[in-house]
Amino acid sequence: MSSQAQIVVEGVSHYYRPPRGREVLALSNVSLEVYEREFVALLGPSGCGKSTLLYLIGGFLPIERGSIRVEGGEVLSPGPDRGIVFQHFALFPWKTVLGNVSYGLQLAGFSGEERTSRAHKFIDLVGLSGFEHSYPSQLSGGMKQRAAIARTLAFDPKILLMDEPFGALDSQTRSLMQSELLGIWRSSPKTVIFVTHDVQEAVYLAKRVVVMSARPGCIKSIIDTDFDKSSPDHFKSPEFIEKVDEIWNLVREEALLAQGAKSGASQP
Amino acid sequence: MRLLIIRYFPLVMLAALWEFAARAAKGSFTLPSLVDISIAWFELVKSGELLTNGADSIYRAFAGLALAVVIGTMLGVFMALSRSANILISPLVELFYPLPKSALIPITVIWLGFGDASKILLIFLGCMLPVTIGAYNGARSTEQFLLWSASSMGAGHMRMMRDVVFPSALPELLNGIRTALALSFILLVTSELIASRKGFGYLIGLYGSGGIYDAMFATVLTVAFLGFFADRGFQMVTQRAMSWRE
Repeated sequence: MSSQAQIVVEGVSHYYRPPRGREVLALSNVSLEVYEREFVALLGPSGCGKSTLLYLIGGFLPIERGSIRVEGGEVLSPGPDRGIVFQHFALFPWKTVLGNVSYGLQLAGFSGEERTSRAHKFIDLVGLSGFEHSYPSQLSGGMKQRAAIARTLAFDPKILLMDEPFGALDSQTRSLMQSELLGIWRSSPKTVIFVTHDVQEAVYLAKRVVVMSARPGCIKSIIDTDFDKSSPDHFKSPEFIEKVDEIWNLVREEALLAQGAKSGASQP
Repeated sequence: MRLLIIRYFPLVMLAALWEFAARAAKGSFTLPSLVDISIAWFELVKSGELLTNGADSIYRAFAGLALAVVIGTMLGVFMALSRSANILISPLVELFYPLPKSALIPITVIWLGFGDASKILLIFLGCMLPVTIGAYNGARSTEQFLLWSASSMGAGHMRMMRDVVFPSALPELLNGIRTALALSFILLVTSELIASRKGFGYLIGLYGSGGIYDAMFATVLTVAFLGFFADRGFQMVTQRAMSWRE
């Protein structure tokens, strides 16, 4: 790990402006550093602005206050250095799996043959061989997300932004996808920022878990979760249980606060 | 084949009923029998009258519709993407939409005469709005996350228009074009009936006022079948283009 952070978020605040009604402070003075090839989870109750922070890093929303730098350069717009995977897949419904995976490669300037062989390689990697010519409407939720992950990995972004990617999947599919994602990440590590509200998922996948508090969203604490999780029984290891417990307590406070239970505000 | 027979059985019933009524009212010319109409139709084809007039009509309808599709699509997508374009254009659309376009027939004739141009303009004006509205609604329904996906892969504005906005708009757009297709037939025949020296509408008016009812009916039925096949053909194309949907 280099000493210089790859992604530097500094003093970022962001207002959410609904079409009608008052503006809401979604993020308040957030600062965060993420290192190259690090797997970081952004964890918090719904409405804590974790997805907003991800979209800001992705360049999808304008940065109003503070700054975000990726490898030294200000983030001004989206770019292929930061690939994104959304909760609801965002596959092009009029393109086949192969068409979806090839699209980014086409934009990156890969020639026809190279494009197809590279697309096939990544479709293979996520276990979708045989479904190259299926349309998204013909796939299950898990398969759609596999296709979306293949599409993003194929154009080889340095940074992978994941917005609750397994949130719409059933629990069996979700745990399968988690271990496969970790396998892919271990074999070719990229920087990953993974948004989730699932504590176990965050502890299992990430090296560091950033716990966010709600309304206005800010970083409550950053927990180191870099311990050995390679055994199939890692869910039962004391370290794992301890970390989940520690983070769960932090999140619970926030969830209660977000529900409006003011009495729980003082620290125990 | 059997399905086809069952599906169009009501049509066969109607034809039988027609034939029965026509024979019962023997001596009245206002309802010629289908046999007489068929004979008249073959004669119209043989003399070349139906084909030359038909070619004129199809050219007018096609030109007006093509203009409406191209300009209507651009206008609708432009309105969906640009707030100022929307503010500028939508009151015009709202004002113009409920106006019966056949009311414009005298105006287009005064401007452009009795020939092709006035018909093409009328069909263009009448067909443009359903296309514009279809393109507008379709383009507006483009999912934000799809645009974000494309832009994160490095797509610029033009690429996103072509690769994301246009395909997203296509289902609604094709619906609008289907409406426009039906409208183009209505406006074509109406305008030719009122102010033209060629075309299907002209023939219908000519034979109608001349009392040659079997030829008149033959022309009316020709237009009806052309409209039917045009719509069918368009639906087949639509299904093809939308095969990615469930």
